[in-house]
Amino acid sequence: MLSNIRSMWLVFLRMFHKRVTVQYPEKKNYLPPRWRGRIVLTRDPDHSERCVACYLCAAACPVDCISLQATEDENGRRYPEFFRINFSRCIFCGLCEDACPTYSIQLIPDFEMAEYNRQNLVYEKEDLLIDGQGKYHGYNFYKVAGVAAGVKEKGGGDNEDKPVDIKKLIP
Amino acid sequence: MNPIWAHILTLVLVLLVMVTIAAGLIYVERRMLAVWQDRLGPNRTGPFGLLQVLADMIKIFFKEDWIPKFADKRVFVLAPMIIMMTILMTFAVIPFTPLISVINLNIGVLFFLAMSSLGAYSVVLAGWSSNNKYSLLGAIRGSAQMLSYEVFMGISLMGVVVMAGTFNLHDIVMAQHSIWYFIPQFVGFIVFFIAGIAETHRLPFDIPEAESELVAGYHSEYSGMKFGMFFVGEYLGITLISALIVTLYFGGWRGPHFLPPVVWFLIKMFVFILIFILMRASLPRPRYDQLMSYGWKILLPLSLLNLLITGACVLYFAPGH
Repeated sequence: MLSNIRSMWLVFLRMFHKRVTVQYPEKKNYLPPRWRGRIVLTRDPDHSERCVACYLCAAACPVDCISLQATEDENGRRYPEFFRINFSRCIFCGLCEDACPTYSIQLIPDFEMAEYNRQNLVYEKEDLLIDGQGKYHGYNFYKVAGVAAGVKEKGGGDNEDKPVDIKKLIP
Repeated sequence: MNPIWAHILTLVLVLLVMVTIAAGLIYVERRMLAVWQDRLGPNRTGPFGLLQVLADMIKIFFKEDWIPKFADKRVFVLAPMIIMMTILMTFAVIPFTPLISVINLNIGVLFFLAMSSLGAYSVVLAGWSSNNKYSLLGAIRGSAQMLSYEVFMGISLMGVVVMAGTFNLHDIVMAQHSIWYFIPQFVGFIVFFIAGIAETHRLPFDIPEAESELVAGYHSEYSGMKFGMFFVGEYLGITLISALIVTLYFGGWRGPHFLPPVVWFLIKMFVFILIFILMRASLPRPRYDQLMSYGWKILLPLSLLNLLITGACVLYFAPGH
């Protein structure tokens, strides 16, 4: 009986404690700058898509929420014909970002993407593409490595030697 | 004013105010529980979330009023009415002030006991007509609990009746002019309070509805406004027990003169309503056999002893002895 009264008194005293509720839409929690929220597709400094449609992100995705189709332009440069992410499945794990060889997929701190209609959670390429370069400024995959696909001459990359003329004897 | 019209006005006023208070308790309870659990509670609808009651009402009115195919239809519909009716009837005998009272019954206390006994039918019939295992279990628990706690609820009240020498609630309040009865009748007050919790089957004695064991107990099958009536009936029960505690043990509308009597009554009543809610916030539910043995082995002897000692004292100090 006394212990009951004591517990009632202790519960009563909780009245004067600090509230733990965060009034969410008015008061937002602090998000660390590296918080991983939803996915964006970035562009390289030339303002063309970084994505080379290698399918590594789709392979890495543990919930299979990424779907894309590769195609090539007239210079032989690969790009995704469509790039679709079903955010009702996405768990914001960031494995696609790790898998991406061209820094194209990046995770941004935005996570407030609730919708009334579930179909609206399926994002197409035009929803995902942003105009900027994201976290990696000045990086252009085709300038560093890879085939000549209209971005550079053959052997004209930043870390590349000029192509060797195998018909010549001079080293 | 014509006394008949005045009487009808009082009746309607008491009815409206009590039902409004009971409905408002839905908000008060959620808010106070939140306050005691370090939360904020409903605060989105209107100022301080006060319109939550209205929103809940609209929601529950527009819900599908479904009667299960396997239920006993007439009894199923009747059961939620009984609880509302018996409790609202009891409010008739409560003296809110010397003037505001529906009926000045000379057997007020007995009337309350009779009505609260009838209230047990609501639980039993609801559980029975639902034709559902959990409902029936809840009803059996509820009837056993209410019957056994009613016994010493009545006996604990007898101490007050013996001291005041009347069953009339008005006269009981008048008899508390020198001392409020919770001081001489402290044991009776505690027993009545505990029995009152059991009678309204509130936490910690919510064994008939015990969510963790019986889904929702006797009202598992109810939906829409029928469920709402059980819900409001429960809050009306809290209000009624609080009002009775105030009337019987805390001097009713008596208080210092700077506030009118009805305000004193409501203040005291709300203190007890808040204690009811605080108990919900803090105490766990006892096991069923614990509840029973607690009632029969501790509270019943205690209330009998209280009655015996009160009677002896009253006889000993009575004038002419």
